[in-house]
Amino acid sequence: MSTAVFKPRPDQMGDNNEKKTSYLTAGFNIRSWLLTVDHKRIAILYLLSLTFFFFLGGMFAVLIRLELITPAGDLMQAETYNKMFTMHGVVMVFFFLIPSIPAVFGNFLVPLMIGAKDLAFPRINLLSWYLFMFGGMLGFAAIIFGGVDTGWTFYTPYSSTYANSNVILAALGAFFAGFSSILTGLNFIATIHKMRAPGMTWFRMPLFIWAHYATSIIQILGTPVVAITIILVALERLFHIGIFDPKLGGDPILFQHLFWFYSHPAVYIMILPSMGVISEVITCFSKKKIFGYEFIAFSSLGIAVLGFLVWGHHMYTSGQSIYVSLVFSVLTFLVAIPSAIKVFNWTATLYKGSVSYDAPMLYAIGFIGLFTIGGLTGVFLATLGVNVHVHDTYFIVAHFHYIMVGGAIMGYMAALHFWWPKITGRLYPEVWARVASFVIFFGFHLTFFPQFIVGYLGMPRRYHAYPEEFQIWNILSSAGASILGLGYLIPLIYFIWSLKYGERASANPWNAKGLEWEKADSPPTQFNFDKTPIVDQEVYDY
Amino acid sequence: MSTKETALQHHFENLDQQFEASTLGMWAFLVQEILFFGGLFAGYIVYRNWYPEAFHLGSEHLDVFLGTVNTAVLICSSLTMAMAVHWAQKGDKNKIITFLVLTFILGAVFLGIKAVEYSHKFHAGLLPGDGFIWHGEHGDQVRIFYSFYFVMTGMHALHMIIGAGILIHLIVQAGKDRYDANYFTPVELFGLYWHFVDIIWIFLFPLLYLLGRH
Repeated sequence: MSTAVFKPRPDQMGDNNEKKTSYLTAGFNIRSWLLTVDHKRIAILYLLSLTFFFFLGGMFAVLIRLELITPAGDLMQAETYNKMFTMHGVVMVFFFLIPSIPAVFGNFLVPLMIGAKDLAFPRINLLSWYLFMFGGMLGFAAIIFGGVDTGWTFYTPYSSTYANSNVILAALGAFFAGFSSILTGLNFIATIHKMRAPGMTWFRMPLFIWAHYATSIIQILGTPVVAITIILVALERLFHIGIFDPKLGGDPILFQHLFWFYSHPAVYIMILPSMGVISEVITCFSKKKIFGYEFIAFSSLGIAVLGFLVWGHHMYTSGQSIYVSLVFSVLTFLVAIPSAIKVFNWTATLYKGSVSYDAPMLYAIGFIGLFTIGGLTGVFLATLGVNVHVHDTYFIVAHFHYIMVGGAIMGYMAALHFWWPKITGRLYPEVWARVASFVIFFGFHLTFFPQFIVGYLGMPRRYHAYPEEFQIWNILSSAGASILGLGYLIPLIYFIWSLKYGERASANPWNAKGLEWEKADSPPTQFNFDKTPIVDQEVYDY
Repeated sequence: MSTKETALQHHFENLDQQFEASTLGMWAFLVQEILFFGGLFAGYIVYRNWYPEAFHLGSEHLDVFLGTVNTAVLICSSLTMAMAVHWAQKGDKNKIITFLVLTFILGAVFLGIKAVEYSHKFHAGLLPGDGFIWHGEHGDQVRIFYSFYFVMTGMHALHMIIGAGILIHLIVQAGKDRYDANYFTPVELFGLYWHFVDIIWIFLFPLLYLLGRH
């Protein structure tokens, strides 16, 4: 291992850590980044790549919303529109949402929060980024070569037999991104079990860690199933092996079972880490120990377990037995229990706390409201009768965007603001951050709330043209989307600005509890702590 | 310089912690593998229930003799792998290398026999796809049987090939004196992987070759 010490440039040295080398100044050439095994640098690599994919996916959303301003299909043809919503879904789900919080903040924070020098397998961690980038490039190539039009779900037999687009490239992209996700989960599980600092007992772990532990279990148990399913689709497409082709005696519905066995739990891969972030932020900005720590911890595991038993609720109209649907319906209702436990505990934490409304907290509070709407409409949708009525309408689209944008991305934004001073050592302009959070909150509602209404009125998803009476709702939605897009651009600008001009952050700008704030610098040194911390405090001892 | 010092990676406190973390990581990886093959086994169960006759017909064209030989070869390779781990724990370099090489040879024999079987099926027109030829009843369903046969044994063979690659790496490392009684993690963990791949075959063999034969 190289023992070269790089001297930090004078302008990069903080006032209070002049003698130490932070992980950012431990090397300046490209090689020191692309071959790094430092979990913090890998987190930065992920942050940059995910930002690219987020705006790429967002671009497709812009085109979708532009087309839907008018009832006629005048901006693009139906085929082109199919590609737009497919690529929006593929990019956002596989190349942004699934990796998002675990790959960026999990990578950065799991070792810091439990008092370890790194994740258990640093080289596998780097490998996971390369796998992700390889998958991302395949997905990107699929877009460049003309796109995919199957919908992000790749339903057979359309995807395996009939579609004339780059299905294999896009599906293999998801396959490699999936293995990246498996390796991240594997790394977290080994790290959380075996690398905790002395005194860091299971019930002294931050809830962010519990959430990532539950997420990792899903990543390991779910992702390989979709991986083999993708291989079967590719083989079906290349060689006509018959497994998913009804003409040859195969069963396209089997694909849906295998696909949703992963892809429903994948929703919890997106939302659980976000819930972990919210638990950290709520307790910090209430300056009060979180209410019901054990309940929140176990509700994460509960969601992970229940998440595997509900996939059939995507298939109520697929012709599956009504009794099967009934069981899936009941099991889906059960997910509401651990979810509600979290929401009630967060709200109870606010009670009699000294609440301050900094940007991360605004996102966290936004999360609670939006997640509640998304979650409750999920209960509507778990109900057989209601589901059949609104199946494949904009009601569904609105519901899952409340969970994925209103939940997962709100949590991502909360995390970005909360840990930005820790990651970069700089403070962002607080006023702008608060303004942006309101713009996003307002833009989000204006985009997606009308979709509940228009969906309930019967507008189906995935069509580029629609009857005129739905136009007003679509105009509102498109107007909201432009505000939402602006809301995401503002943080992009001020975060970049803050890297050079932002005020230098102290080690603990929020007066938060936790090893990453109390024992590590901002930005942390290369191996996180000067010496292995010994934990003698209870968790969230505010 | 003793191997003990060089083997400890910077982010672990001691070798015990490193060993435990690596072992847990490997088990988690194997769980992932089970689910990976699990998707195929689930599909197999569904279609076997739908098309029992076609699956019988298809399975009768598989070579039970070669399949049995291969099963024996693979079980023997598990034994030699277990011996390699045993001698790694004792720190006997020459015996580690001997048993790793034996394991490699047995793995290669397995893959060779598998290749012979594949080539027979290929020439008989049993490779699923547009060129699939079946003179008899339930042609499409038999094709599905052969799709499972090729995908399941193919995925298994792919794991064997990757395993053979890792074996070469281990043999080279053992030759460089990297393993002793204090540090033998890679050999032990590879043993877990190798046994896992064996166990997959132990399930594949009866499901594909034996079940429902007359």
